[in-house]
Amino acid sequence: MAVGTVDVAATAWERLRRAAGGPAALRIFSFVLLLCVWSLATLADPSGQVLPAPWVVLDTMWYHLNEEGLLYHLSVTLWRVAAAFFGAMVIGVALGILMGARRRADIILDGWHILFLNMPALVLIILCYVWFGLTEVAAIVAVALNKIPNVVVTVREGTRAVDRELLDVARVFRVDRRTTFLRFFLPQLYPYIMAAARGGIALIWKIVLVVELLGRSNGVGFKLHEFFQLFDIAAVLAYTLAFVVVMMVIEYGVMAPLERRCTRWR
Amino acid sequence: MHPVALTAGLTVDIRRKRFAGDGRTPPHTAIENLQFTVPVGQFCCLLGPSGCGKTTLLNIAAGLDSEVDGFVDIHSESTQTRPAVSYMFQTPRLLPWMSVRDNVDIVLDPPARADGRGVKLLERMELGSYLDAYPTRLSGGQRRRVALARAFAIRPAVLLLDEPFVSLDQPVGNRLREILLDLWQAQPTTVLFVTHDLNEAIYLGDRILFLSQPPSSVVHDAAVDLPRPRTPDSPVINTFRTGLLDRHGGLLAGTAGPTTDSGSSTP
Repeated sequence: MAVGTVDVAATAWERLRRAAGGPAALRIFSFVLLLCVWSLATLADPSGQVLPAPWVVLDTMWYHLNEEGLLYHLSVTLWRVAAAFFGAMVIGVALGILMGARRRADIILDGWHILFLNMPALVLIILCYVWFGLTEVAAIVAVALNKIPNVVVTVREGTRAVDRELLDVARVFRVDRRTTFLRFFLPQLYPYIMAAARGGIALIWKIVLVVELLGRSNGVGFKLHEFFQLFDIAAVLAYTLAFVVVMMVIEYGVMAPLERRCTRWR
Repeated sequence: MHPVALTAGLTVDIRRKRFAGDGRTPPHTAIENLQFTVPVGQFCCLLGPSGCGKTTLLNIAAGLDSEVDGFVDIHSESTQTRPAVSYMFQTPRLLPWMSVRDNVDIVLDPPARADGRGVKLLERMELGSYLDAYPTRLSGGQRRRVALARAFAIRPAVLLLDEPFVSLDQPVGNRLREILLDLWQAQPTTVLFVTHDLNEAIYLGDRILFLSQPPSSVVHDAAVDLPRPRTPDSPVINTFRTGLLDRHGGLLAGTAGPTTDSGSSTP
């Protein structure tokens, strides 16, 4: 009897421990920990100006959402992210395939590639603004140029790793070029393209903010600059939080399902 | 609706096939003075020691390798288009991101696809319940059956097979050989079948060409005049094998043996 009770308690404890060690629980724990650290840190700033508490930031976000056009600036930034992202992906994938598949092209373009890979984002932004004016196109081109070399690195590597034996199948059975490319070749690149896309979207939104700060009169970056000058840290954090939420929705709502779709045969 | 499968004969005349070699591998002559002709509709087996350039020969015949001194000619009465050539590789080479059905349909032209030719072949091979499965979920034998369906789906005039049933256990391999013969009889085509298994060659072939050590050439040309259907590993096959090896002891090592005239057999 006593032994049985001990056993039941032990199993319950074991189950609890296992649940507490599970991935979902760990994620929640990690999030709560962040809030605790943040809240504790605010104690060092009694004025609440330099590091506002989490609830103050949430409150500010609510205020800007309803009264100050947060959604407008968010959507403007999001459109720039999307335009730069798709531009960079299309051009980067095309160049990556070309450089991975054709040795001659690789040799010719490699120097340029290294140049752009190492060019500081800020330099590209300044040059684009100087050469093309403070326009929307210049802003998007500047962001895309920053991302393209990274996409090229990943896609070129993927192209080099393509299984030639499967392409031989297409040749023997005289599959036309279009089908060979779309059904035999491109699916082998999907994992690489997905990796480039994931890393890309995070990098791009960070650069978009700089572009907006330097030469646009709307968007999250522009607003952050404004709040910096007003020393409104709560608003800075509120905008950051809002955009991070948007990016997480994109990651879990678009990228992750897309990746599952691409790899469902595994 | 569709014309009967167009068959074609095959003439091989390769003076030399050399691999240049790079820093690590020395240059190497794979084939030298290899000549033979396979008449329309014949099931011809190529047998030889490993590394004797059998796969190289099939790659040349399939048009995958054109850097060769010589040619493999695939000829038929109707000369308008190059006759269709199918190749079943040593590994099934299915596209893992496509369903079984799509793996066969992808090599078909639209009318044949609309006709459901691929599905009919797959059903005939008892894969009807796997049409929407991905190849990774199939067993080794099932994957080979899909590859075989793909090879026959385009109604090839010439079918090349490169040790397609190697590394399968005996019953699975025998079942696949049976299916291959069944399809070949239903859909006559000229076959070039590479193997290193003499029993397999005797069971399947109308004729066996024995190749030498590299650089390879034909050392013996044997007609297999056993009636069909044959039974794998039956006494008839074993007797044929013993007779062949008694007359030409070195065949499996790539030499014609003591009692034969050496050199290539010319068509």
